[in-house]
Amino acid sequence: MKTLADLKKIREKAQEEMKLRGSSVRVKIVVGMGTSGIAMGAREVMKTFLEEISNRNLTDVLVTQTGEKGLSSMEPVVDVIEDGKPKVTYGNMNPDKVKKVVVEHIVNGRIVSDYVVATGN
Amino acid sequence: MIKGEGMTLEICKKYAPNKDNLIQILHEIQDTHPQHYISPEAVDTVAEYLHVPANHIYGVLTFYTMYSTTPRGKNIIRLCESPPCYIKGSENILRKLKIILGVQTGETSRDGQFTLELCACLGVCGNAPVMMINDDVYGDLTEEKVEEIIEKIRRER
Amino acid sequence: MSLKRIDLLICCGSGCVSAGAMKIKERFHEVLQEKNLANEINIIETGCMGPCDYGPVMVIYPEGIFYKKVTEDDVEEIVNEHFIKGRPVTRLMLHNDEEQTFSTKKEVPFYQKQVKVALANCGFIDPDSIDEYIATSGYEALGTVLTTMTPQDVIHVIRKSGLRGRGGGGFPTHIKWQMVHDNVADEKYVICNGDEGDPGAFMDRSLLEGDPHRILEGMMIAAYAIGATAGFFYIRAEYPLAIKRIRHAIAQAKEMGLMGDNVFGSKFCFDAEVRTGAGAFVCGEETALIHSIEGGRGNPSPKPPYPALQGLWGKPTIVNNVETFGNIPTIFLKGADWFASMGTETSKGTKVFALTGDIRNTGLVEVPMGITLRELIFDVGGGMTGGHKFKAVQLGGPSGGCLTVEHLDVHVDYESLKERGAMMGSGGVIVMNDKNCMVNIAKFFMDFCVDESCGKCSPCRIGLKQMLDILEKITNGNGKEGDIEELQRLGEAISKLSLCGLGQSAPNPVLSTIRYFREEYEAHIRDKSCGTKVCLDLMHFDIDKDRCIGCSLCARKCPVTCITGSREEKYTIHQLDCVKCGNCQDVCPVKAVNRIPGMHPEVLAKHTAEANLTSHHDD
Repeated sequence: MKTLADLKKIREKAQEEMKLRGSSVRVKIVVGMGTSGIAMGAREVMKTFLEEISNRNLTDVLVTQTGEKGLSSMEPVVDVIEDGKPKVTYGNMNPDKVKKVVVEHIVNGRIVSDYVVATGN
Repeated sequence: MIKGEGMTLEICKKYAPNKDNLIQILHEIQDTHPQHYISPEAVDTVAEYLHVPANHIYGVLTFYTMYSTTPRGKNIIRLCESPPCYIKGSENILRKLKIILGVQTGETSRDGQFTLELCACLGVCGNAPVMMINDDVYGDLTEEKVEEIIEKIRRER
Repeated sequence: MSLKRIDLLICCGSGCVSAGAMKIKERFHEVLQEKNLANEINIIETGCMGPCDYGPVMVIYPEGIFYKKVTEDDVEEIVNEHFIKGRPVTRLMLHNDEEQTFSTKKEVPFYQKQVKVALANCGFIDPDSIDEYIATSGYEALGTVLTTMTPQDVIHVIRKSGLRGRGGGGFPTHIKWQMVHDNVADEKYVICNGDEGDPGAFMDRSLLEGDPHRILEGMMIAAYAIGATAGFFYIRAEYPLAIKRIRHAIAQAKEMGLMGDNVFGSKFCFDAEVRTGAGAFVCGEETALIHSIEGGRGNPSPKPPYPALQGLWGKPTIVNNVETFGNIPTIFLKGADWFASMGTETSKGTKVFALTGDIRNTGLVEVPMGITLRELIFDVGGGMTGGHKFKAVQLGGPSGGCLTVEHLDVHVDYESLKERGAMMGSGGVIVMNDKNCMVNIAKFFMDFCVDESCGKCSPCRIGLKQMLDILEKITNGNGKEGDIEELQRLGEAISKLSLCGLGQSAPNPVLSTIRYFREEYEAHIRDKSCGTKVCLDLMHFDIDKDRCIGCSLCARKCPVTCITGSREEKYTIHQLDCVKCGNCQDVCPVKAVNRIPGMHPEVLAKHTAEANLTSHHDD
């Protein structure tokens, strides 16, 4: 390392590794991981989100989890929360639907209305 | 020759023969000696290696509380006697340790396993009372906890 | 490919480790392995998070959930409930008396009035990872300084920030630096003083353990400013983890080229190494510390010459405290004005305090200078434990003094504390409730200083011992009129005449307790009574006959068989034989044994008779 630019490079890479602890998150994806969610395949859904986001190198997207939301009939349920926009809730998710949500909604900002079960709070 | 004595010169050689390495060398000799002390023979070896008079080394040895010139136990217990620990009942812990080990402060248990020492603040005051056994710190001590810890070390030997 | 979705930060400061944090970490690894989750969850060992009393503690991101007093048995539940099902375990969260739950670290009241500068990364990053330090803008200050500023510019920034030494004295940092900068020499040294010996202080340990690169960066900026090419960390041998972490940090910095020759392509070359103490409180004094690094006894030498002129191996040297270095990178990143905007007129920035004693939230806190003692003890510290009343607070360890209820609204800054007989010191705050005897506490600190006096100068070596003897007489019932004045006279003389800071400040605890708790000293001397029933010679045990059920348990447990009686007559303690072991009180099933202040009349009569006898002999 010889310059501040070198340091900056290392910093950016290291910050990416620490993003779970940071606040520079544009989109937060919350997977409902209650018992019924898991029974309906929420773990696979979560895993696919993690893989897709990692593959596309999306550094400002965070995948996290929450408990039962009460929408048992629509599990697995996923919330997509963006700063300054109403929350979008997708239901009956599976790995294929996840891939589409990532491409359409997360990357291109177009909500996949077919899968939406609720919006707002 | 007691096991460990022959190590002295080897340990010295890890450091440049400068006087300022004295404290570090003495630490390492004491830590590697099974009886955790610095023998007169070791002092001579170090004096020769560093080209300092033996009396300087004795001066250093007796100045710092962590060095011992007499043989000690396999495990060195250092109970913190500072005010925060005192406020939280370190005196009871000391009493308990004396009973369990059958020793007074500064003595070594008959089986040669433990030496009980007091020391100034260990700097873990948030979890007072505290003791250190060798390099491990044990906090939030109670009389029961002390018993368990000593038992565990006894079993592991 | 990273599938990580959770950062599990386990506090591995010495406090939490002493409470079992390492075992918990191992258990997490096992359970995550079993459940096949190891690649989704990062386990990170951090430095001290602060609230040691809650230890072992952990924070789980992204939510920032805070768990306290976690045991090995809780690990499986955390994994099953929180990590798999996303239901944080409420049971392990912090609750207050009003049944309120604080689920995330941000909500925990302990952190609310705190402003973290030196401690910013402690408990947030992995101290063994230079990358994580760099992610928090680490080494950017050094890079900027080396590539855009002259040494004199650096000293100007420090002057503007108003930073003063955090080790105790509060000497303005820039003046020290300027002196060494101006002294021309072929070699200069920078030393980090990590010989934190004050009972009740552990901020330096926590900083070295929790964010070693920050201290290293601070040291390198100082080295550049004064023109030093070599540095030493002097760390007490009681801190093995701190020693290990700082050694590791030095190795990492060298490997990455952040230390060594021509750092950031500049002309600056620097190397640092660690030297350890071997158990001597006086080595915290800068001249003593220098002698210790040189391989000798840690005896202080007279000043002048100051180390700034003739320090290590006779070369100009700065000795700065760990926390002082810890503030420096941030001053350059955020600006001197930002730093100076916190605090009071003369004391700028923040200060780290170690809260200990009878206080609810023991641990490490960082607050702006000028906060009141009340805020520090009751808001940040959560008030007293067990519903007891606040009696006194000891600031500055064995060099400092005790303050009382009437001082709770005093602002914590160098001058305000000094005016009232206490001092900032390194930042140890020992809080005491109404069960503590102030004479006994003063005796305790004096005992510490007598033990730790290096013996070089006679006021300290002989004078402190005299003070201790008088205090011992007072607490064992042999105090006499004039003792208080004698203590004050001795104390003032020792303060003036001692060679180094140890002796100069050692009388402070006695002088300040006499100033604020004189009536306790008087009660010990005149009434032979310790109101708090701590001094065993000045209290006695008594059995309440109305409560006693005559079970004989006390009589059987008495080691000197001084309790007799029967079921009908109840039991009585023969006071002249009692050794005050307290067993009777511990075993009594109906709490009939009480501690009563003052000597028992029988004992007092005997004591007085004996005292008269010896005084006749003296005549």
